[in-house]
Formats: sequence, C-alpha cells, structure tokens
Amino acid sequence: MNFDQATFELPRHLQALMQREQAGSPPASNGLPRRSFLKLGALSGFALGAFPLGTLAQDAAKPAGLKPTQQPSAFLHIAADGSTTITINRLDFGQGVQTSLPMILAEELDADWSRVNSVHGSNDPAYVDPLFGMHITGGSGSIAHSYTQYRELGARARAMLVQAAAARWKVEPGSLRTQNGQVIGPAGQQLGYGELAEAAMALPVPTSVTLKDPKDFRLIGQPTGRLDAVAKSSGHQDYGIDVRLPGLLTAVVAHPPVFGAKLQSLDDSAARAIKGVKAVLRIPADRGGEAVAVLADGYWAAKQGRDALKLAWDSSAVEKVDSARQLAQYRTLATQPGPRRFDADVSGLDKAPHQISAEYVFPYLAHAPMEPLNCTVRVEAGKAELWVGTQMPGLDGLAAATVLGLPPQNVQVHVQMAGGGFGRRAIPSSDYVVEAAQVAKAALAAGISAPVRLLWSREDDIKGGYYRPMHLHTARIGFDGQGRIQAWDHVIVGQSILAGSPFEPMMVKNGIDGTAVEGMKEPYEIPMRLTVQHPKVNVPVLWWRSVGSTHTAFVMETLIDEIARTTRQDPVAYRMKLIGEQHPRHKAALQLAVDKSGYGKKKLAPGRAWGVAVHESFNSVVAYVVEASLKKGVPTLHKVTAGVHCNRVINPRSLEAQVQGGALMGLSMCLPGAAITLKDGQVEQSNFGDYAVPRITAMPQIAVHTVQSDDAPTGMGEPGLPPLAPAFANAVARLSGKPVRELPFKQG
Amino acid sequence: MSTLNINGQNHEVDVDPSTPILWTLRDTLGMTGTKFGCGAALCGACTVHLNGQAIRSCVTPVSAASGQKITTIEAVTGGSDKVGQAVHQAWVKHDVAQCGYCQSGQIMSATAFLKTLPRGKVPSEAEIDSAMAGNICRCGTYARIRAAITDAAKALA
Repeated sequence: MNFDQATFELPRHLQALMQREQAGSPPASNGLPRRSFLKLGALSGFALGAFPLGTLAQDAAKPAGLKPTQQPSAFLHIAADGSTTITINRLDFGQGVQTSLPMILAEELDADWSRVNSVHGSNDPAYVDPLFGMHITGGSGSIAHSYTQYRELGARARAMLVQAAAARWKVEPGSLRTQNGQVIGPAGQQLGYGELAEAAMALPVPTSVTLKDPKDFRLIGQPTGRLDAVAKSSGHQDYGIDVRLPGLLTAVVAHPPVFGAKLQSLDDSAARAIKGVKAVLRIPADRGGEAVAVLADGYWAAKQGRDALKLAWDSSAVEKVDSARQLAQYRTLATQPGPRRFDADVSGLDKAPHQISAEYVFPYLAHAPMEPLNCTVRVEAGKAELWVGTQMPGLDGLAAATVLGLPPQNVQVHVQMAGGGFGRRAIPSSDYVVEAAQVAKAALAAGISAPVRLLWSREDDIKGGYYRPMHLHTARIGFDGQGRIQAWDHVIVGQSILAGSPFEPMMVKNGIDGTAVEGMKEPYEIPMRLTVQHPKVNVPVLWWRSVGSTHTAFVMETLIDEIARTTRQDPVAYRMKLIGEQHPRHKAALQLAVDKSGYGKKKLAPGRAWGVAVHESFNSVVAYVVEASLKKGVPTLHKVTAGVHCNRVINPRSLEAQVQGGALMGLSMCLPGAAITLKDGQVEQSNFGDYAVPRITAMPQIAVHTVQSDDAPTGMGEPGLPPLAPAFANAVARLSGKPVRELPFKQG
Repeated sequence: MSTLNINGQNHEVDVDPSTPILWTLRDTLGMTGTKFGCGAALCGACTVHLNGQAIRSCVTPVSAASGQKITTIEAVTGGSDKVGQAVHQAWVKHDVAQCGYCQSGQIMSATAFLKTLPRGKVPSEAEIDSAMAGNICRCGTYARIRAAITDAAKALA
C-alpha cells in the first residue's frame, strides 16, 4: 500500500495506521486503531448469522477474560507530549458522543481534559456495542451502553500509569495518586502521563479495577464544549464526502425511477463525450433493480454525464405505488383481523357514555441529512478499504466483502464524521455502501483500479427510499364522565421496518414489528386492544430518529388530551391521575416542565394556548409544555419548556443541544411539505423545495430542564423528538376546538 | 483555463466555465470547507462570498466569478477578517455545531449579514431570522445560531 503524503490528506490516525501497515509492524499497544481481526460468528437468533462479533483478537500478550472492548490500547493513545487521543466506538453524526464518550474515559483516567481529542473507530471487533455485540450507533445507546465500558477503560489505563510510575520511583502503587494528567508521588514528585505512557501500555491490563465514587467526578456532569467545535466552526472538519485519495474518481448513479425496476435500454454516447467522464457502468441496484453509474474526474463531470444518459426502464415486474390508493388500501386493512400486541376486552366500548372514534394518517418521511450520502472504496491487492459515515460499519463491511468477493477480514471500514444521519446511515441492506462496492467492482472489471467515491445528489437522497413508513392508526375509545377509560380498540397499519432484515428474528414477535408499536399505551393504565397490520409495499422503509415513537407518541398524547378536553379536565392533572405508580419518572419530567413553564399560573399572551405532552423512548422521558397560536389559521409554535429525565447527565450542554434538535425535528413533522408521496411508483418530491424542512424562522424559544438523578444514564439522541408534535397539536386543538389527526398539520 | 481569485490568491483552473464554483473549490482545488448540500440554492451549505456578498456556489458558474473576488470559509474564519473571527469565536463559545456540516454556510451567511449592519448595531431576532432563512440546519442548531450572531454583533460593537 503506497501513498504519497504530500499529495493528499488523511486524518492523522489513518496516516499512522497506514504507515504501520506499510512497515508491517504487529498490532500496536499504543492505542492507535489496530488492524481488523474481523471474524464471522453466528449469533443465535440472527438470520444472517454473520455479524462481526467481538471475537477475541489473537494476541497472546492480552490477558484471558478481557474482551477487545475492554482493552485500553484500542481506545487510548497518550503521546510522549501528553496529548491524549480517545477512540469512540460509535458514529458521531451530531449527537456529541465524540465529546461525551471521551469525557467518561477521561474522568476515570484523571486526564488533563485540555489535552484530549478524539477520533472515530472502524469495524475492528473492539468497537462493537458492548451490549449488542455488533457495531451499531442507534437506539440512543451510545452512552447508555458504553458508560461503564468507558469508565473501566479509563480506570484500567490509570492503574497501568500508576503501576509504571511506581516502578520508576520504586514505591508502592498505593502511595500514588493521579490528577490532571499527572501521577503524583508520596514526596510530591510528578510524572506526566506522556512520560509514562509507553511503559504503562506495555504492562498487563488489570482485569478488575475500582471505579470512582461519582461524588468525586470532575468532568462528568460539567457543561463541556465539544471537542470538534473549532474544526466545525472554521471549515476544517472533514466528513466522508471530503476524503481525498490519489486518483480518486467520483461516481454518480442513475437509479431506477421505480424501486427495483430493470434497465430496458441505455444510450451513453452523449455521456461518454463529456470531458472528465471515464466510464459508464451498468450495475445491479438495490431491491433487484439495475442502475447505471457514471465514473468521472469529480462530481460535476459525473453528474453531467449521468444527466446526459438516455435511459428507458422496465418496471413491469414491480409494484408501482400510488399514495392515494395506498391510503385506501390501509383503511380497508384496518378493518381486517390481525395479530394483537395487547388484547384487552373491548366489548363494553359501545355502551360507554363518551366515545371517540379517530383516524390518524402519517406520511413517508425522508431523513435528508445535510451531507449527501457517500461512500469511498479502494480495492487493492485483495483488500478493500471503505471510508463512510456509517452507524453500522460491521454490517457494511460484510456487505462490501460479499459484493467484492473478498474475505470479510480483508475489508476495513474507516468510520467518518457524518453530516447528520437520523437513522439513514444504519441500513440493514447497506444500500449505498453496496452500491459503492458495485461501482468499484464494475470499475475493476472495466480495467479501472482507482479508488471510487460514490456521491448521491440531494435528489438521489430524497427519492432514494428508506423512509419512515407511512402509517394509518384508527382508535375507538369509550370512557366515562371522569375520563375513566373503559375500552380502547386500536389498529396500526404500516410496513414493518425489520421484516426481512437480520433484526427480524429478534424484534419481530408474533408477526408484529416491535418498532411499529413502541410507545403505545405506557405509561397509562388502559384496557387496550391493539391490532397490527404490516402490508408489503414496494417502498423501502427504515428507522427515522425515535422510530415508532414518531407516530405512536402523537396518537397517544393527542388522544389522552382529547379525553381530558371532552371531560373538562386539566390535561396535566388528568395525565398525573392516569400515569401508573410504576412510572415516577414520567411524573417528575412532566412536573418539572409544568413548574418551569409557568403552566396554569402565568397569563398567556392573547391568542396563545398551552399544549402538553409526555413520552418515554429509549428509556428516557421527555415532557413538553408549549405555547402556540393560530395566526390566520396557520399554527405557530412560540415557546417550548422541556422537562427531561434521562438519569445521570454526562454533558449538560450536549443534552440541551439534543433536546433542541429533537424538538425541531419533531416540529418538522408538523410543518407544510413534510411528506414523501408516490405516484405511478415514483417519488414525487426531489429536493428541499418540495420536501421542506424547518428553517430558522420556525425555531421556537426553547428552555431545557433536567430532573436530577444519580442512576445510570439513559439515551438522549432521540427522546427529545416524540412529544413535540403532540404538545403542539394539543395547543392547536385548544385554539381551534378541533382535534389534529394528521401530520403534517393542515393549514388554514 | 479560467482564473479565479480565491481568498486573495489567483488560481488557474482547467474547468468548463459552466462548472459551479462549488465543485471547482472542492474537487479541483481541494478546498473542502465549502459544503455540498442540495445543488439547487435551497439550503445554503455552499455559501461563499463574491465581492463580499453571500452567494450559493452550487449554482454560480466559474464564468460568473471572472475578475471577481471569491472568499471562502477558510479565509473568513482563519485570517484577518475581524467580523469572521468574531463569528467564529461566538460559534465556538456557544457550541453551535452538532453535526456541523451546514455550519460553513451558516457562518458565511452570518458574516456577510453582520457586515451589512451599521457599526455598533445589534440585530433583532427577526432580523437575524430574515438574514439566515436561506440556510438549513437539520440538527436544529437555530437557537444557538441566533445567540451566537447576537454575541458576535455585541463583540464587534
């Protein structure tokens, strides 16, 4: 593997890695990412049986009993000058784990925080989620699953540094203490971690360590600036799209206009005539379709080439979805028998003194991360390297290996900082990674061995599928004059996200996809019957930040509010009465939002109304109390007060950002233009002009408050999203007198 | 060959004159601080300054920049631009960025906006919103963008 450092730039850790590989040195104990020891293992219950598991690296120097996820050398590098580099085992796509995971490790290490930076990992077994045993950033689990892991990593490394200092000074390790990147001896003598690192990292890794008493935390819980703030405020942060390699070619792909359609005819003469175009390649496309890649020097030539292709498609063998017809089909399906998630007796419903009969419609939604999807592939000497901002580098590496016909251990995935994602970078089918590998494979077959960067246009992204599924909910509820719910008969119709994916055996039970029903019923004690229908539709679907709660929270929290309104009860008091005794965190979060907002005490500005919602997702609870108005029929959100319960907070500044961002993404579902629709099998939207996302003008005032707790942290990447839309809708319903049962909101 | 004046330096570039400035910066010159977001002047991620005015480089061809001065994020936050420096510092202080991908464009729009204000003026929230409405952030950093622009304006006053 040859490269000329003068002609291109790579992140420093990649340079170091490549240099070491060039030198043929063994896996280092200095904390830089090691070569991948990726192995296949069968994880029971997973259909593919082919996840990159945390199988032990073949390294005799490491003590038995410690997993790769527990080895400080894979996560920590302290240079001689004391600068400390911590590898994160997740993708940072804005949520801030690039800072908060290092904070956790640095806390137990007693590092000098001003000398700490962090880098992304790879598909190396060390970087699996310690709970799931696979490489994944998702389910708001980065902190929740790696809190103890990163504390132990820091504590182990600290113990090794202390041991090394004790040997140097010939004293007992117990007589030493550590502070701010220094080991301090009994006579007050000091040694910086940088001076000890080499000797320390050569020592055996202790199998057991004592963690700090949380009352001694100096970093955890402190509002801390992001480690990438300077780079991201100066144009110097590199993302996957910015990877530069010698000879790099860019691929822009013509995708079939209907998912899975075949190519009928291709005239590429005009495309080949464009300056910079190197090749036009027919490749297999996602879902059994075909596509055409134009490979060129740079994106612009490749895109000009793609636009100059004369293409005819054959979509005769695939379903051509029409959104209006699909809604009619869903309405019919909602009346059919199906599997039940809850099965309460609802026979008394018709006799209840009060009844609500409601239908809710939710459209497909695109993730539309700001960085258009891309993946760079280099195949050389029977090995491949991928550079991609991915939530699942293990699966993606395996998928690329399959396409390229390489053993999985010969594919290395360098995880890149990503410009947003919201779920779109965790694709069980690895769609755009597979596409990049297909382009690289076709290029090699055409005699082109240059590295290839696949880059999607915004239109490719909006039209490219993998949407939050469209859903229909129907509900019939019977209750008495005090709001006591006697029966709740509910139906959810929507595609399963996980059917046909490796996650199906684990998360689809009794024919019901767990992600479709999460967030239903709890925290309320309700006699509910919940029937679920999962139609098969020729539109690829995927999780979208907070997944099922994007729709279940809306349905639950607007209906609960409607019952309160119907029975003339305060919506907060009604919820407090209805929330079960085993859900004190809901009550605490809601009470905090109520107290901080002035709800029920403060006089609102004329034309405004309060709206309330509370919802748990990913084991964290968020309550919103909002102020909204209707200006000439247009719903407007003015002010949001959040009450958050996510147990211990690692970085309050990061938490605030996640709630602000989650709230805005929740608001995005309400505003005009937040819908993907299909006609004759083709997606009708194409860019931010017809698939609208909120601009700064829509941003409400937002105040974030957290419930104090010392319990182990739960996730915060997603839970800020679900309760926003129902809180807003509840305020609108109070103003208009009419329930809001559709997203985006109807205007006027 | 076209000549482009970027951040005070002339660059000879061998590209078709219809090529957008964005791709000339990114792919030809390797200046990747300017970002691709939509390719249609809808999101503002690619914002640069043309003679001090914020423009969308994804739809502005190289031919339109002949004899003009292009300024990119690298110069605005890294050089002697007082306003750019104030904006950069406010962005860091407020920890504006989440994924950060749109922030080059946000900073370029904010800097151009602050330069249009009379000396000492601190813009209202409505004025900030109006100036920044062409820049999309999907992470939802808008509240901190408002605070950072207000802070930068105060620092410059």
